[in-house]
Amino acid sequence: MERNDILSQINEIFIDTLDNEELVIEEATQATDVDEWDSLTHIMLLVAIEKNFKIRFTSTEILSWKNIGDIMNCIEGKI
Amino acid sequence: MYNKSFIQIKKNLKKDFSALKKMKLAILGDSSTQFLNTAIKGLGYEYNLNLDIWEADYDQIPLQVFDSYSNLYKFKPDLIIIFKSSHKLLQKYNLKNGFSFAENQMEEIKDIHSSLSNNSNSKIIFYNYTEINDTVFGNFSNKVESSFLFQLRKLNYQLMEFSAHASNLYICDISSIQNQIGKVKLFHTSSYINNSMVLSVDVLPLIAKHTLDIIKAISGRFNKCIILDLDNTTWGGIIGDDGIEKIQIGDLGIGKAFSEFQLWVKKLKNRGIIIAICSKNTESVAIEPFKKHPDMVLKMEDISVFVANWENKADNIRHIQKVLNIGFDSMVFIDDNPFERNIVRENLPDVCVPEMPEDPADYLEHLYSLNLFETISYSNEDADRTKKYQIESKRVSTQKKYTNENDFLKSLEMVSNIESFNNFNIPRVAQLSQRSNQFNLRTIRYTEKDIIKIINSNDYFTFSFNLKDKFGDHGLICVIILKQQSESTLFIDTWFMSCRVLKRGMERFVLNHLVDYAKKNNFKFIEGEYIKTPKNNLVKDHYSDLGFEKNETYYILEVQNYKDIKNYIKTKK
Repeated sequence: MERNDILSQINEIFIDTLDNEELVIEEATQATDVDEWDSLTHIMLLVAIEKNFKIRFTSTEILSWKNIGDIMNCIEGKI
Repeated sequence: MYNKSFIQIKKNLKKDFSALKKMKLAILGDSSTQFLNTAIKGLGYEYNLNLDIWEADYDQIPLQVFDSYSNLYKFKPDLIIIFKSSHKLLQKYNLKNGFSFAENQMEEIKDIHSSLSNNSNSKIIFYNYTEINDTVFGNFSNKVESSFLFQLRKLNYQLMEFSAHASNLYICDISSIQNQIGKVKLFHTSSYINNSMVLSVDVLPLIAKHTLDIIKAISGRFNKCIILDLDNTTWGGIIGDDGIEKIQIGDLGIGKAFSEFQLWVKKLKNRGIIIAICSKNTESVAIEPFKKHPDMVLKMEDISVFVANWENKADNIRHIQKVLNIGFDSMVFIDDNPFERNIVRENLPDVCVPEMPEDPADYLEHLYSLNLFETISYSNEDADRTKKYQIESKRVSTQKKYTNENDFLKSLEMVSNIESFNNFNIPRVAQLSQRSNQFNLRTIRYTEKDIIKIINSNDYFTFSFNLKDKFGDHGLICVIILKQQSESTLFIDTWFMSCRVLKRGMERFVLNHLVDYAKKNNFKFIEGEYIKTPKNNLVKDHYSDLGFEKNETYYILEVQNYKDIKNYIKTKK
C-alpha cells in the first residue's frame, strides 16, 4: 500500500470518528492541531485504525506517537 | 454482536433529547467510565430516554456512597449504576486472597447497597463480574476454593442470591455478555493498560443496550406478548402445501431448530408472556398441528389469541392488540418473511419486529442475543395470564374491524409483469405446479416436459404473472393455462397462485387480463372449473366471486358484458 493511500484511509477514519467532514490531516498533524482529537477520541481513533487495517498496535507503540506520520510508520511496519 | 457501533451511538448526542422522558442516572465505577457514560446517554435516545447523567470521578465508589452529603446524593438520581470491574477485583485478590475473599467482597457490596438504600430511593444497577481465569491452577482451579476463578464465580453466585431478596437491586449480567461475544472482543488490552478501560469500545453498545433494557423495564416499559408466524417460523415448511405429516418439527428434516424454538416460547409463556399466532393460512389448516401433531411443543391451550386468515398482518396485529388491550410497544412479532416484517414495521412502528436470520438453525441464538424480554418482576400469578386472554379473545373476535383495505393496497405500489411461458420460467412454473395446493382450482400437476408440450401446442395459451411491490419482488406467483375449447370458448385449464399474494386483488387483475385477451382473439366465453381437493377449500367460491355464472359443474363468463374489476396492480410496460 502506498503511503498516500494509508494517509487517505486514516483521513477517512478521522472524518468518521470525529464527525467532522472538513477535516484534512497530514503527516505532521498532531493532536493539538485538531479540536476534537482528545484523549478519549484518541482511543476510538486507534481502535478504528486497527480495525481498518486489520492490525493491533502494542501499548508501547501507542504511547510513542507524536503525530500522524508516526502512526503511519507503525501501520507500514505491520501490513 | 449488537449491530450498532460506538461511533453511531455517539452521534446521537447531537440529536434533540428535549421531548424524551427525563431520568437522572449516576454512574460510579472503579475503572474509567467516560465511554460507558457516552454509550448509555447516546443509546438512550433510541429508548426515548433523555438521561441526565452524573459520573463520579474515577474510583470514588466508597467516598460517594458512604458520605450522606456527597455529590451523589445531592444529585438525587433515579438510578445508580455501580460498576466494579473484574480487573480491580483481581488486583485486590493479588494482594490478599484466600477462602473468604468472595465473602469479604460480598460484605462490601452489601454495605454499599445498604448505604445507597438508606440515603436515596434510587434503583441500583450492579454490573456483575466478567470471568478472568488467571490459570494459576489451570483447570484444577475448579477444585481449589481459594483460586481466583473459584472466588469470582462464587461472588457472582452470591450476587444473584443477594439480589433475589433486594428489591431495588438489579444485576446487569455482563458476565453473560462476555460468554456471548468472547473475552477477546469485550476486553481491549492496550486500552486497559494505557487508559484503564476494562470494556472495549466495541462492546460498549451492547453493554449500554443491556443497561438500558433494565432501565426501560424499571420505567415500566417491557414486552408482554410474542406474536408468532407459523410456516417456517414455528415449524419448517408450509402447512397448507406440505400437510401435517411433512411439516418439520421433532426429528423430521431440520425440525430440531423449530422444536427448540417452541420450547423457548413455551418457557416464555410459563413466565407470563402472552403468545399470539398471526398466520396467513386457512384457520382450520393452521390449527391442526396444534391439536394433532405429536411433536408440537406449543398446544392450543398455550395460545391466547389465534389469528389465521388471509388478511394483511398489520390489521391482524391490530386485532390482537384490541383483544389483549396492551400497547403495541409491548408486542414482539416474529416472522421469517421479510415482506411481512416490513408491512408490520411500516404500519405499526411501535411493535418490535426483529430481523430474523435466514437459517432457522440461527433463530434461537439470534433471539437470545436480542434480550427481548427484560423484566423487573416475576411472580407465580404471571403464569396464569394465558387463560384470561383466551376468554377475552372469544369476545372480541366478532367485532373485528379492518382499516381501509384499499388505501393499504394502493400504498403497496404493486406492478405485475405478464409473460407467456418461456425457457426462463418453465422450471418455476413446473415447480409451482407440483407444489401449489391451496390456491389451485383444478390441481392438475404438470412436469417440465408437459409444460413444453403445452407451449408447442396450438390449443393452449399460457400466462405467467410476476408481482413486485415497494417491499420487494415476489417473483412468479400466478400461472394460467387456457385451452381453446371451441371457436367461442376458452377453458381455464390451470389457475394457481402463491398464497403469499392473497388478498392483494391479484385474481381480479389476472381475470381482467384474461378477458382482455379473449376479446382481442374473438372468444365469447371463458369457462372455469373447480375440482375439490382436501386442500383447496380456499378457492371453492373463486369463480362465483369473480362474477362467473354457475352452469352445473362449470362456471361461465361472458366476455362481452364484462367490466374490468377494480384493483391496485399495474401492468409492467
